[in-house]
Amino acid sequence: MGNTRGELPTWVDVGLIPLLNLTVALLVAGLVVLIIGESPLEALWIMLKGAVGSLKGWGYLLYYATNFVFTGLAVAIAFHAGLFNIGGEGQAYFAGLGAATVGLGLQFLPWPIVIPLAILASMAFGAFWAWIPGMLQAKRGSHIVITTIMFNFIAASTMVYLINNWFRPTGKMAVESREITGAYILSFREIARDYFGMRLPSTPLNLTVFLAIIAAFAVWYLLWRTKLGYEIRAVGANSEAAIYAGIKPERIIMITMTISGALAGLMAVNEVLGVQHRLLLEYVGGAGFVGIAVALMGRSHPIGIVLAAMLFGLLYQGGAELSFAKPLISRDMIVVIQGLVILFMGALEYAFRPALAALFLTAED
Amino acid sequence: MDLSLIAEILSSTIRLSVPLVLACLAGLWSEKSGIVDIGLEGKMLAAAFAAAASASYYQSAWMGLLLAILVSIAFALVHGYAAINQRGNQVVSGVAINMLAAGLAVVLGNTWFKEGGRTPALPETARFMPIELPGIATLLQVPVIGPLAKIVSGHSIITYAAFLFVPLTAWALAKTRFGLRLRAVGENPHAVDSAGISVAKLRYKAVIIAGILCGIAGAFLSTSLSASFVRDMTAGRGFMALAALIFANWRAWPALYACLLFGFLQASGNYLQGAHVGGFEIPVQFVNMAPYLMTVILLAGFIGKSVPPRASGIPYTKDR
Repeated sequence: MGNTRGELPTWVDVGLIPLLNLTVALLVAGLVVLIIGESPLEALWIMLKGAVGSLKGWGYLLYYATNFVFTGLAVAIAFHAGLFNIGGEGQAYFAGLGAATVGLGLQFLPWPIVIPLAILASMAFGAFWAWIPGMLQAKRGSHIVITTIMFNFIAASTMVYLINNWFRPTGKMAVESREITGAYILSFREIARDYFGMRLPSTPLNLTVFLAIIAAFAVWYLLWRTKLGYEIRAVGANSEAAIYAGIKPERIIMITMTISGALAGLMAVNEVLGVQHRLLLEYVGGAGFVGIAVALMGRSHPIGIVLAAMLFGLLYQGGAELSFAKPLISRDMIVVIQGLVILFMGALEYAFRPALAALFLTAED
Repeated sequence: MDLSLIAEILSSTIRLSVPLVLACLAGLWSEKSGIVDIGLEGKMLAAAFAAAASASYYQSAWMGLLLAILVSIAFALVHGYAAINQRGNQVVSGVAINMLAAGLAVVLGNTWFKEGGRTPALPETARFMPIELPGIATLLQVPVIGPLAKIVSGHSIITYAAFLFVPLTAWALAKTRFGLRLRAVGENPHAVDSAGISVAKLRYKAVIIAGILCGIAGAFLSTSLSASFVRDMTAGRGFMALAALIFANWRAWPALYACLLFGFLQASGNYLQGAHVGGFEIPVQFVNMAPYLMTVILLAGFIGKSVPPRASGIPYTKDR
């Protein structure tokens, strides 16, 4: 077995191989559509038209992408430290508690104060939920994959209890909190209507989308332009070697997980403060797991993550339109595509590499 | 609490432990060989769908079981290929398996049965129904013993088989040549390799055994515990089995006890709904999260120590 790494030009490794893996994942998804008895090309066309063929489609696409940028960045930054944070789902869910507590509890404050506070609370609650597994990994050696999975379930039960017993107004049947009116993040539609007198289609897209862009930039800056970022990447690359460089891996693990949880927690800003304006049961709805696919697809780089998040935004919005037009293809098709993307871009990452390497070798001769 | 209620909770404990025991043993086989398997949930779910769909099509519980095992093995082989041949990240592969299974089951179910991902309700003839143990009828008449006899009798054949797999697994791993080699490959694959035994073959065997056990677990869920497949019907049992495996420190008998404990928590959670103890209402959510919380506390090293097989999760590369 020769040296299978480093024989290929960079553009093949960061461009061609991921693209090839994505294509295979989508081809297999197309095969599933074919088995169902529908035309994959027609399905693709309906999805594209539904997601990018109208202003409304774009609104939804970007709204979904906002969530996925947050959860994708959360997974990615942990990847850089060599940690697999499967707990984005629970961290985002728990962060809703922070958003709702501040949003409802400090309702009397003016919005320029309460909104930043609610955003900070979302980040703090998400960070806390990731810090515990991080601390347990660093101090007690508890495997972070298992603890973050367990924390997803613990968050789910805790939140059902809290929303039902603490947040639900007495006498109300629906298990959800009161409406959060103080920390109300405006949607694009509301801004256009109230400030510009324009009409935009009704979509959940709100100002949080800018926060997603800021978060992506901040993660890039942190990872590649600061000492801490260097230390995170050093621990991820080789934690033994990092020790000799004077880096304390335990400290980095805890810090990275805290940042990771805070990023996942930002999803509460988009959903709780920007769209639902109340704390709902299971409001995360799997976005934490989409973050894994997004991080793998985006190669853990913020630019890649933004693009991957938009692709998944397209799939979510297009998938909704598709299940509307073709009832045979249920929305769960998106989950299948997610699984395939994670399989081919994650677990089978290098499946086509030896063949490509051989191809390039013969081309050189 | 009277005796019959206790008997009822214990009987329910046994039923609810079955999928946990099977999945936990599946995880045990896989991880003992060095393959981390967080795809237990997905394999079980895919199997539950396959069982309900084919039991309904063939009107036979056994055909359901067969297809469930085959489908689960297929998923296990995907995981095996990614983990063994491609040396991919096993956690990532497991996550993918879970999503693929969850998505495919509902998409295909929706296409084939047009009930929003549900499968048609199975008649009793196409399900694994309770079996009355011989001589139990007379025992039931006896006071005190009667209600207790009800705990062990009246379960389906899968239940009895599941509990039989525990000593079988313990024996196979401890006493057979295959078991010894399998454990060696999970601790030190290089040593096994240098003895001229194929690491890949052993690991594939382990992964297939895990597939079979998850298949049986899935069939139990949709053709014995209930009478159809519904979306996400595994409801985290695969992860609870993983927790039980850690609790049991990767050993078969303790795995049984951990699963019984978690099964008991599930069963009592169902019965405790709205129950008051000493003036306090026990929130059922706290009972639900107990297994996960206990596992975290255990992993933190506050109750004993849990050590996974040394090579688990690490792809094997031959040294040159």
